Amino acid sequence: MTTPQSMSLAGGPPKSLNTAQRLWLFTGFAGLFILLLATFGIAFPNSGLWLSSSLFAILVSVIGFSHASYGTHPEGIKNNGVWFKSVSGRGIWAWGLGILLTGFYVVLYFYPEYLGLVSGGDNQGLIAFFDPLSRALSGNPASQWFVYGALYTLAILAFGIKFIWKYRHNRYQILRTLSVMFFQLAFAFLIPEIMARLNGDLPYYDLKNIWPLNYYNFERYRINAFISSGNLGLAMLLFGIASTLVITPILTYFFGKRWYCSWVCGCGGLAETAGDPFRHLSDKSTFAWKVERWVIHSVLVFVVLMTTAVIYSYLGPDNSKYWLSRGQLLFGVGALLTLVFAWVMVFKRQELRKDAKVGAIAYFVVIMGLILLHTTSDGQQLFLFKSETLRKTYSFLIGSVFSGVIGTGFYPIFGSRVWCRFGCPMAAILGLQQRLFSRFRITTNGGQCISCGNCSAYCEMGIDVRAYAQKGQNVVRASCVGCGICSAVCPRGVLRLENGPLKDRINPREILLGNDVDLMDFLGKSPR
Amino acid sequence: MHVVIIGNGIAGVTAARHIRKLSDARITLISAETDSFFSRTALMYIYMGHLTFDQTKPYEESFWGKNRIDRVRGYVQQVLPEQKSLELADGRTMGYDTLILATGSRPNKFGWPGQDLDGVQGLYSYQDLELLERYAPDNKTCHRAVIVGGGLIGIELAEMLRSREIPVTFLVRESSFWNGVLPKGESEMINEHIREHHIDLRLGTNLKEILADASGRARAVVTDTGETIDCNLVGLTAGVSPNIGFLKGSGIELDKGVLVSRYLETNIRDVYAIGDCAQQREPIGRRRPVEAVWYTGRMMGETVAQTICGNRREYAPGHWFNSAKFLDIEYQTYGWVFPERSRGEEEQHFHWRHPKDLVCLTLAYNGSSGLFLGLNTFGMRMRHEVLDRWLREGRSATHVVAHLREALFDPELYRHPVAQIQAAYQLQNQPVS
Ligand SMILES: Cc1cc2nc3c(=O)[nH]c(=O)nc-3n(C[C@H](O)[C@H](O)[C@H](O)COP(=O)(O)OP(=O)(O)OC[C@H]3O[C@@H](n4cnc5c(N)ncnc54)[C@H](O)[C@@H]3O)c2cc1C
Ligand code: SF4
Ligand code: SF4
Repeated sequence: MTTPQSMSLAGGPPKSLNTAQRLWLFTGFAGLFILLLATFGIAFPNSGLWLSSSLFAILVSVIGFSHASYGTHPEGIKNNGVWFKSVSGRGIWAWGLGILLTGFYVVLYFYPEYLGLVSGGDNQGLIAFFDPLSRALSGNPASQWFVYGALYTLAILAFGIKFIWKYRHNRYQILRTLSVMFFQLAFAFLIPEIMARLNGDLPYYDLKNIWPLNYYNFERYRINAFISSGNLGLAMLLFGIASTLVITPILTYFFGKRWYCSWVCGCGGLAETAGDPFRHLSDKSTFAWKVERWVIHSVLVFVVLMTTAVIYSYLGPDNSKYWLSRGQLLFGVGALLTLVFAWVMVFKRQELRKDAKVGAIAYFVVIMGLILLHTTSDGQQLFLFKSETLRKTYSFLIGSVFSGVIGTGFYPIFGSRVWCRFGCPMAAILGLQQRLFSRFRITTNGGQCISCGNCSAYCEMGIDVRAYAQKGQNVVRASCVGCGICSAVCPRGVLRLENGPLKDRINPREILLGNDVDLMDFLGKSPR
Repeated sequence: MHVVIIGNGIAGVTAARHIRKLSDARITLISAETDSFFSRTALMYIYMGHLTFDQTKPYEESFWGKNRIDRVRGYVQQVLPEQKSLELADGRTMGYDTLILATGSRPNKFGWPGQDLDGVQGLYSYQDLELLERYAPDNKTCHRAVIVGGGLIGIELAEMLRSREIPVTFLVRESSFWNGVLPKGESEMINEHIREHHIDLRLGTNLKEILADASGRARAVVTDTGETIDCNLVGLTAGVSPNIGFLKGSGIELDKGVLVSRYLETNIRDVYAIGDCAQQREPIGRRRPVEAVWYTGRMMGETVAQTICGNRREYAPGHWFNSAKFLDIEYQTYGWVFPERSRGEEEQHFHWRHPKDLVCLTLAYNGSSGLFLGLNTFGMRMRHEVLDRWLREGRSATHVVAHLREALFDPELYRHPVAQIQAAYQLQNQPVS
């Protein structure tokens, strides 16, 4: 991991912060300081007012900072000094921030009592500090998750405004960011709270959170709650299933996975807004790509088996209670996978080659898992583990450590989309769909690429976009979240995200457009 | 067969890649500049902190081994075609069966007094970038920089220095920025934009002399208007010319560049020249004999590889295209759009500029036949494939304007002023059909 600070080209950029920026930064720290005091148990009189001013100070500080950074310059790409600044160039501030964020996540997930969580009693500290807001929304006292949700939403809103300011010349970026801000505020934050107020029996449900991202959606307590809450609960359950099996594939076919990853998802939302200053830190090597494919698909296999095992564990031998028996579940999952796998092997083998092998292995593992599940157990065990243990392991390793501690905590070191790239099973499924069956691609503009490398550098998913662009080839990659930043930073107008016919979507070329037309014909790749 | 390529820029590397695809020849790539191929066009982004040097390398280190392309770092001092061998500055010699010269360019110096002082430099190589880090790392070391020569590299250098808040004075010989290439309306829009970035643009001004301080460092320039401008850095960006000094006396025929046939062959058997350093003996359409741009270097590399691997092919580039970025404004061009001073009788222009934004376009067509000749756009991305097709099919200007929407390449959800452009065109022209 080389940083330019250790290179001979040391760089002597202008002072990284001007006076106005310092002032706004100070405002923000003042807001954070209030939260810190609350965490350490300082009791504020009229805490609602203090809470509001603290959150407001943070919001205003980010907006003011953005204005001081971008407002005074003409619109355009604002990447000057990115690698020279300590915080975005893996300098000391980056490490400091990384450790701080990681620490926060560790406390949040594993030691919420330090935030003031008291089991069976009144909250204290930071969590109590958020009680007024929580009561206003749902009528209940706050939890550590409420505090997290509120701060998370605040971050997406504040840094979303910053992002829009930065890319104010680019309408795609503006609209996509407004969308992410809306979904976070409404769907992730407000609606579930309000639903809890209206109908206390319903499980907490962020409707835009789709299985396998919300891997817990089909657990017994949730299924029971859905079923016992009448038609609304049932509708939500059906929606949950349809989201994964019907809605998602259709939208991904038309728009690519970006409709979710860059327009709707909260993890993506945080990465795109608060994580924007770190997007260039992702690893672009082919080695990282290899690791990515193995890790993310393993997570996918894991989540499929784990969910099946969890459901299996509470189903009965007959289908009286949940309209589904154990046998039917296993048979259904197996049949669905076989169908998909057969379709891919018949129609897409040519396009996939190497990937097909990985797919075959994954398929094989899942089917073997299902068979094992059926033959070895009384429903409580998979291999030698209890399904409950499996679920706990997943939720610890993937749900907490990967998505939170590493995924967000390490933004300043590994870049903003580590989780989305290596860990998210939802991204894995959408990625497979995007790679195999979608109209989405990034079109390369004939022969215009100058191989400068801006696109690759600023791709948060670590895709070596240039490798495609300099060959005049479209970018069709499972991991591309369609953020559009490669296209934005390209100084030669080479890249365009678009949806189009499947024919010629993948277009390997020998010779680029602009050279001898006969030579291009001769090598069998004539321009359209 | 041993193919030796001097120069690891886009031309040399493209040739090497394609020769590897087509043959099993032993390939050696020699360069004095860097161990690995990097993108020269991205030099500015290193200084501006957008990219690290490593990120400007289009291929990973493992690429060279995998493709069996040997790399040699060293300066070739002499080519001895009689013996089919090379002599390097460090005394090494090397034989070859086929030699490709892809040595690129170097910055022009026009004999200005003081042009070799410390703190006076061009912007072409990695070493130039190191010099810049030395003489202009920040605005405390460098209180002002003067850039001489208003072309593409000049404006990039200005943008670079401004990114570190160094005051810049930009001396441009012409009466308006790059108006030897750009039509008036466009050139004027860029003038405005340069000034908007707080660059002190001096049009119609020449460098007369560079003054030194006691230690032999540049301290000021004197212009032909008699003004003395204090500065710590002088950037000489008045164009480039082929880098062929070391070939004098080798028997390889030279003019401004290495003279080549349409097959990119020099006068000597088994010696070829491609990229910036090559000069065409016969003109190709309206192209210049020496074309110092990225794309032509690449295309020559693609072509020469065919010839060397037994499929002898003429270098026959398609329709001209190019692009650049002037600070925040992207520029693309397809076909031929000439400025006032070099425009033929027949060439007519339709120029449109956005009432508010820094967006404009110029469409060139034949005044009598209505044939579409070329298009320049600023702040608007166009689709290469579509414009190339229209040029090949010999479409009319009216067709191009009517179908402009098909050729747009801006990101999705952008608002496009197509209707306004079409209305303005209607107003200016009776439709030719
Ligand atoms: C700052 C800058 C920005 C540019 N931007 C653009 C752009 O946006 N678009 C565009 O189309 N073009 C651009 N150009 C021009 C473009 O970069 C060149 O046309 C292109 O790089 C030329 O490629 P080449 O392979 O012919 O030569 P080069 O890239 O110059 O490579 C030649 C190499 O050969 C080496 N060499 C030379 N002589 C010897 C010797 N005797 N022994 C050993 N090694 C030797 C040199 O050191 C050099 O490394 C830009 C140029 C510069 C400097
Ligand atoms: S696509 Fe654009 S950003 Fe990427 S390498 Fe090519 S010119 Fe640079
Ligand atoms: S390839 Fe481009 S659009 Fe896709 S994730 Fe990377 S930067 Fe975003």
